[in-house]
Amino acid sequence: MSVENYDVIIAGAGSIGTPLAMFLAEKKLKTLVVETLPSVGQGQNKCAIGGVRATHSDGSKIKACLRSLEIFSTWHEKYGEDIGWIKGGYLFPVYTENDEMMLKEMLKVQQKFGLNIDWISAGELRKRVPGAAEKDLRGGTFAPDDGSASPLLSINAFYRRAVKLGAEFRFNEEITGFIKEGGSVKGVRTSKGEYRAQITVNAAGAQAAGLSELAGVKVPVRPDCHEAGITEPVKRFFDPMVVDIRPGEKSKNYYFYQNSEEQIVFCLTPTPPIWGEDRRSTSEFLPEISKRMISLMPALANVKVRRTWRGLYPMTPDGFPIVDFPKAVPGYALAVGMCGQGFMLGPGLGSALASVITGEKNKEDLEILSGFKLERNFSAQEKLK
Amino acid sequence: MERITKHIILPAAEKKKIRFTFEGRPLEALEDEVISSALFANGIKVFSEHRKDGSPQGIFCANGQCAQCTVIADGLPVKACVSKIREGMALAPLKGAPKLPKTPCVQAFGRAEELDVDVLIIGGGPSGLAAAAELGKLNAGTLIIDDKHKLGGKLVLQTHKFFGSVEDCYAGTRGIDIADKLEEQLKEYPSVKIWLNAVCVAVFADKKVGVLYGDKYFLIRPKVLISAAGAREKSLAFPGNTLPGVYGAGAFQTLVNRDLVRPAKRLFVVGGGNVGLIAAYHALQAGIKVTGLIEAMPRCGGYKVHADKIKRLGVPIYTGHTIVRADGRKELETVTIAEVDENFKSIPGTEKTFKTDTLLIAVGLSSVNEFHKQALEFGMNAFVCGDAEEIAEASAAMFSGKITAHRVLKSLGVMAGEVPRFWFERLEVLKSRPGETHKPALKNHENPVYPVLHCRQEIPCNPCVTVCPKKSIKLSGDSIMTVPKFSGECIGCFKCLIICPGLAVTLVDHRRDRDNPTVAVPFEIERGLVKKGDIVGLTDCEGADLGKAEVTDVKDFKAENTLIVIVKTKAELAGRIASVRLFEPVMALAASMANKETDDATIICRCERVSLGEIRRAIRGGVRDMNQLKAVTRAGMGACGAKTCENLILSIFRSEGVDLKEVTGFSKRPLFVEVPLGIFAGAQCRTAEEEKTSWSGF
Repeated sequence: MSVENYDVIIAGAGSIGTPLAMFLAEKKLKTLVVETLPSVGQGQNKCAIGGVRATHSDGSKIKACLRSLEIFSTWHEKYGEDIGWIKGGYLFPVYTENDEMMLKEMLKVQQKFGLNIDWISAGELRKRVPGAAEKDLRGGTFAPDDGSASPLLSINAFYRRAVKLGAEFRFNEEITGFIKEGGSVKGVRTSKGEYRAQITVNAAGAQAAGLSELAGVKVPVRPDCHEAGITEPVKRFFDPMVVDIRPGEKSKNYYFYQNSEEQIVFCLTPTPPIWGEDRRSTSEFLPEISKRMISLMPALANVKVRRTWRGLYPMTPDGFPIVDFPKAVPGYALAVGMCGQGFMLGPGLGSALASVITGEKNKEDLEILSGFKLERNFSAQEKLK
Repeated sequence: MERITKHIILPAAEKKKIRFTFEGRPLEALEDEVISSALFANGIKVFSEHRKDGSPQGIFCANGQCAQCTVIADGLPVKACVSKIREGMALAPLKGAPKLPKTPCVQAFGRAEELDVDVLIIGGGPSGLAAAAELGKLNAGTLIIDDKHKLGGKLVLQTHKFFGSVEDCYAGTRGIDIADKLEEQLKEYPSVKIWLNAVCVAVFADKKVGVLYGDKYFLIRPKVLISAAGAREKSLAFPGNTLPGVYGAGAFQTLVNRDLVRPAKRLFVVGGGNVGLIAAYHALQAGIKVTGLIEAMPRCGGYKVHADKIKRLGVPIYTGHTIVRADGRKELETVTIAEVDENFKSIPGTEKTFKTDTLLIAVGLSSVNEFHKQALEFGMNAFVCGDAEEIAEASAAMFSGKITAHRVLKSLGVMAGEVPRFWFERLEVLKSRPGETHKPALKNHENPVYPVLHCRQEIPCNPCVTVCPKKSIKLSGDSIMTVPKFSGECIGCFKCLIICPGLAVTLVDHRRDRDNPTVAVPFEIERGLVKKGDIVGLTDCEGADLGKAEVTDVKDFKAENTLIVIVKTKAELAGRIASVRLFEPVMALAASMANKETDDATIICRCERVSLGEIRRAIRGGVRDMNQLKAVTRAGMGACGAKTCENLILSIFRSEGVDLKEVTGFSKRPLFVEVPLGIFAGAQCRTAEEEKTSWSGF
């Protein structure tokens, strides 16, 4: 069997691997993406609801997502393809004193990193989200430059461009092991053959930890499960992604927005977390989220739910991704543990990682990756998971 | 008003008239009917405009499964085919995305009530009802749910008499009457609970079944789940296929036979299976002219007796033909058909165009098996029966329900014995496709009065044998699949004429006049249409013209809703006469040769208006995963959840030369019908008035 040589092999054609392949191909690197599933974005990407925000609590993520925002928001203009981008902003309505204090504290950090975000009054909030429950509403934070795009359209757009630039994709092909020589990773063995490369990037999402063990690197990533849904379209009546961070009976936060098809897409963080890879729909989700959404916006009672699904959040202990080149295993890179934010981080991280792989010493790219080291103590906590 | 008032079988019930408006126009409806029927009764076929391209929208499935019939009712978008009309209701077309309806004042939330049952049956059609009865006999706790206002499933649309055997499945009885009998039977079994207007919305991984019952959401935990959800109609791709006026045969039967609305003046049917043939016959019974029926194969796949029945009444059947296109400005005006070559492609130059306002698509059914599949995936004790398991006649569905119930009883430990082997054999017979067609039997007797059996194709049917008081009609073999033969004595009692589901028995009587006998033919079209003294056209078994004759008598068998028309004729013709003709076949218009454009604009996904061209481009671009196809084109993302386009897309893959083994199918996700968020929250409003204007229908 002939063995093909590549500059970079990426494990996983998902939210991270696909834009990364595009940026590597843009830099003329010979790139191969190996994916177990039959087409792009069939893992957790298609389960993402589409929010893209730079509204995070630390520098690396904020910078990565600012880069993503730039890519999503200019895509149509640059390439003439609609990816469903809407600059609707992110809005966190606040109903308790504690949440107000916490978010206002965070505002300082966010503004320091150059985020366009501010506190808005209850009155202004109700203008942006008509019908939001008035009782106890204190106002909220609003970041007008955040937005949303269709994960389905976006990943296919990235995929088409990657292919056009020369990246190769192999679907329905499972990585069974790594080619290792003298402690270094030199490529992968799959269900169908062997491929060699200078660098192999693990972008395997929810399957990242298992795959990394084959390379001899332990990563603290394990998936938990969130459930999401989408309604029929209704005439646009609000623009921002609404994130309610109050705890509910069986859930932590939940969030929803109206996408480019005017459908309301919503997602819930269950509590306690549901660990594991089970993605089958449960009977708990709709009764829980419907009460919460209707409490916040009674008009939603009349909107019909069309479909629901579950998706996995590949979690790290602190809620931050791991994007790094483990020193112990040369030739191997990690772009894993996106904690449910792979879609919004993907293009930004992809562009930064591609530049680091090609050896460009761009300061901002290095800064983005600096927060996502494998060797960290994981004790800090992302406040806006 | 387009209402059917003189149907021979279906009585027009006295219902209170109510008023409503459509786009501000004051109109009249009947209390308790669904919105779509009220609109059709007022001649309104175009309900809304599609939000994607403004294309006119009307009824399509009439079964609550798609959302094409959506209208705005008192401010809320509802499916017109399942939402009842109310006094004073203001209806408006939906144009663009619906506006968010006024905010109901939500006062309180409720919890989804959880219920434990031994057996949950999804679907109250023939198989579900038969299963429920068997379970009830042994007192097994059973809940049967059905999404309609009445039990019976599609039986309530079947005005024709059933085939099969009398002892196994009510052969010779009309479908509507079987529905009543099955429902009546359930009343004897207190362990069987019935929920009507109850829709299964999902089967969940925690082994609970989500059911929307009226306006309330329930989670049911069954020990056993029986999926008896029936079938849905397959669709067909051709230019103009989404014009209002083009819809399924089942939808048509719902309008005509359930709601007694006359939705068409001139009807054309695509598909010569039993569904299409029967729908054409139902149209004739409803006083609708049937311009023609086409079948791509060289002969109809349905029972010959069904095909002959409509041919005799004057409906031309074009075998070896396909639909080329449907045309009309806002609704259907003409259809164009053409002959097909050996690859089922239309042959240019053979086009024929017909003026028609309604085109029925009857190109087969596919099982509604998603609940069963999910239940199996989630490790539930799950069974499936009827059309949900395998498409067959309702007679077979009832029998499969009975068998399934016994397997369920065994799995619950209520019954120890195995299901008798011969039941499975009987089921196989009932499921049989039609067999060989025999030549007409030669007359080999000198009886002065005798029946002529125009039934020559092997089908599973025996009522004529069962009913003959002289036992003179016998099957020619052991199985009910063999054709019946007459030998022996005949007393001219008409019983075989009246019971024959195929209307394929006539009675020749020489007793009064040796040379000029009378011939009695069964007739099931409007009373009073054929009267004593009329000169009527006669046809042979397959519709060939046999000249005219005078009607000497019309007997009305009221209990059976069957007329016997008696004509006097010449001895040599008597044995051939099979029917009176209703009308002369309608001729084609000059074919419009405007068939130059490609079929790229043909709509495949009607919810999202995705065209054949878009799907072809994606397939040619390398897409093999239908989930990716969905992502890039939106096909399958609409309200119906790919129920209609999935089969069409698979056939596009095939016609593009793609091996279906390479193709990954759609992932199916709940919900199976759209349900308002407020239902799941158990949201309650301040006043009954507010409740009324909020969620309804599904």
